[in-house]
Amino acid sequence: LKEQVYIQMSYDTAITVFAPNGHLFQVDYAFEAVKRGACTIGIKTNDSIILAVEKKAIGKLQDPRANTKIFQLDEHISMSCAGLTADARVLANIARLECQYYRFNYEEAPSVTYIAKNIAKIKQKYTQRGGVRPFGLSCLIIGFDQNGEPNLYLTEPSGSYSLWKANALGKNAKTVQEFLEKHVKDQITHEEGIKLAVQALLEVVESGSNKVEIAYMKKGETLSYLSEEKIDTLISEIESAQQAKQENIDKMAQLST
Amino acid sequence: PPPMECIFGLVGDGFTLLVADASARRSVFLYKQDEDKIFPIDEHKAMAVTGEPGDTTLFAELIQKNLALCTLRVGVPRSPHATAHFTRAIMAENLRRSPYFVNLLLAGHDKDEGPSLYYLDYLASLQKLNFAAHGYGAFFILSLFDRYYRPGMSLPEAIKVRTNPAISSLLC
Repeated sequence: LKEQVYIQMSYDTAITVFAPNGHLFQVDYAFEAVKRGACTIGIKTNDSIILAVEKKAIGKLQDPRANTKIFQLDEHISMSCAGLTADARVLANIARLECQYYRFNYEEAPSVTYIAKNIAKIKQKYTQRGGVRPFGLSCLIIGFDQNGEPNLYLTEPSGSYSLWKANALGKNAKTVQEFLEKHVKDQITHEEGIKLAVQALLEVVESGSNKVEIAYMKKGETLSYLSEEKIDTLISEIESAQQAKQENIDKMAQLST
Repeated sequence: PPPMECIFGLVGDGFTLLVADASARRSVFLYKQDEDKIFPIDEHKAMAVTGEPGDTTLFAELIQKNLALCTLRVGVPRSPHATAHFTRAIMAENLRRSPYFVNLLLAGHDKDEGPSLYYLDYLASLQKLNFAAHGYGAFFILSLFDRYYRPGMSLPEAIKVRTNPAISSLLC
């Protein structure tokens, strides 16, 4: 009997397989890609949700308009990502389509929960299919649900999702997370939240309005961006307050010696 | 598709007026008189549809959602010209498969084109016009408008045309 060796060209060879210790290495590496991404912060306040993103340095001849990491998914839902920006574009596209698909079928706005779960579902699918690699992104999905509740969802490359009061992703996220844990209280006003977002970002980013991008969403409104002038004003306020505090500390140190 | 329904539109000075009758009927039965046949596409565009019940709503909503998706992806809304041609393309693609029995008028305003009105019928013929109408009412409207319409009418004048007794009777 002649044995036939059957060589099959197919796209079903899995890339994400289990390691002996139970890890999915590709997913772990995806998390590493996220850790290298630009810093992204989300803060939920009493009546708004704020997204603050670090704008990476661009070339002198480059036009910054195409450099956005905050995506509007629908009138009432937006998203910002940390990790591979090209993957972000693809995911935003899928999410936008899903929003309109939902609206077409149900003639009502999709809830943030629905979209966040949908994005998480897609991410998980890409960890369990042949021929594809996981998305190298963690996303912060923000928006207001029908009942007026603001929501801040985090979805990770593994496909898990969670709800947060405030969170940070990307480079130096740990530092920012510690800052947020210390300063974000249960009740914060929109203005306090904006200031906090800028402060948190300044912990790890060079100061300057061309280095940060701030957007927020209020109930019933679509995504709004903070103007560069406003950001500059906030930055100078924060820096002068910090300087004053530092001078005080130095004075106290001098008096005690 | 019921030709008894009447929709018409006209382009005025900086605006486009769309008028639709509000009846939903099938031969001798009058189901309702508060049917809304004008679908907003976005802040500066609207579409009035008549035709096969079901097809009309489906088609109008399909266009609405597809254009909303376009706007979110690109960042700026499509022009009325682009919208009209997109709508026609969908109609034309389906014509030789499973046609949409929908007649519609697309009204839009944009800062380059100004106000505009597009006539699209169920065979996917598209035309940009100053005034247009669908249904049996068109027989009367087109000749009445030929007589009374002038380009650049103001809104009060346009309303007067719409409340002309002959035209009003078409809208019951």
